[in-house]
Amino acid sequence: MEKQYSFTDNLVVTNLACWRNEQVLFNQLNLSLLPENVLFLQGENGSGKTSLLRILCGFRLPDEGEITWGNRTIFSNPEYFQNISYVGHKNGIKDELTVEENLNLMRSMTTASEIKTEVVLKQIGLFKQADVLTRLLSAGQKRKLALARLMMTNNSFWILDEPFTSLDTASVVFFESLIKKHIARGGMLIVTSHHDIDLSGLSVNRLSLTN
Amino acid sequence: MFNAWLQIFKRDLLIAFRRRSEIIHPLIFFVMVISLFPLAIGDDKVLLQKIAPAIIWVTALLATMLSLDNLFRSDFEDGSLEQMTLLKSPLSLLVTAKITAHWFITGLPLILITPLLAVLLYVPAETMSILLLTLLLGTPTLSLIGAVGIALTVGLRQGGVILSLLILPLYIPVLIFATLALQNTAQGFSAEAQLAMMLAILVLSITLSPFAIAAALKVSLN
Repeated sequence: MEKQYSFTDNLVVTNLACWRNEQVLFNQLNLSLLPENVLFLQGENGSGKTSLLRILCGFRLPDEGEITWGNRTIFSNPEYFQNISYVGHKNGIKDELTVEENLNLMRSMTTASEIKTEVVLKQIGLFKQADVLTRLLSAGQKRKLALARLMMTNNSFWILDEPFTSLDTASVVFFESLIKKHIARGGMLIVTSHHDIDLSGLSVNRLSLTN
Repeated sequence: MFNAWLQIFKRDLLIAFRRRSEIIHPLIFFVMVISLFPLAIGDDKVLLQKIAPAIIWVTALLATMLSLDNLFRSDFEDGSLEQMTLLKSPLSLLVTAKITAHWFITGLPLILITPLLAVLLYVPAETMSILLLTLLLGTPTLSLIGAVGIALTVGLRQGGVILSLLILPLYIPVLIFATLALQNTAQGFSAEAQLAMMLAILVLSITLSPFAIAAALKVSLN
């Protein structure tokens, strides 16, 4: 049994609205997420899944509504943002750095987890490529490196936007088991995916956004 | 908090080293433009001496603008900027790491090569030290002000023209004080007043622009 996360709380979203290009993406959106819970966002392309995730990360401001983390609005609560591990469409890794340099950079900028870089490299199957410039990796390998961000920190709130695009089956299985460990430690997860994700045994809320 | 600053500073220097060709481009521009003037004007020592401050400063200003485009572009495109906003250290602090690294890569080499180029323009020895001092005070200001403009336009497809319109007017005070300082020195007057003003502008930029840059980047991310 791994150590439980020390920093978790309830996320509550009330009456959230988001407009884009003068169109309503979603309106009157309510959701809540407790520790040890998963929120699986579904919806067609352009239904606002990514926008919702970006609002939760603070990259976009909500057009209406409130988001609270432990009864405090997230915008006066910097700890909320520091506790997020976000993997979006963009990988957030530098092409000019090697695989190992990228991993060490992720670790050094935040509250690092105890896991060794070497172990992470082995687990994601990039041990042999440790000294290769990221620019030279395949799309799937880059994606694995981006997802390795989740292992480098102790953040308890994961926000994943289509995490498994271009991953091979074995890697998908590995990251699914990582998600299960994360939830078992008291973590929280919001994920969008058009692939099926094996979340069996977890308490999953599903939310469908419609146009 | 300072650790993240240092990491970003080191990261940017390393990336610049691995992308030397892009980094060296503004410097080559600076050297080429300045060395073209003596060729075009001919060996007219008096004229060259008179316009040397203007040539060097206008070229330095354009070279800085040329170099700025890369400041946030790659971080914006590969998602590193999003990740930076989620860190413990405030974005306004982290951008100063990027700008400092950027100045070390583009501003400092420009200052180091200026004495060589100044000889081409017959800049006298007593003006040289003031010339270098104006560049030392001026180029960081140019980087900081330019970064505000870059941060605002990084999300746009065709940001180049808007960028020049946005930041060139803000560069003009620096240009005026710098060239005035050099003219005064050439005529045997003291340049202290202009240098003090340049220092004041630099301090003002250092203290205020990081907040503007961070706010502008957040707007661009939106």
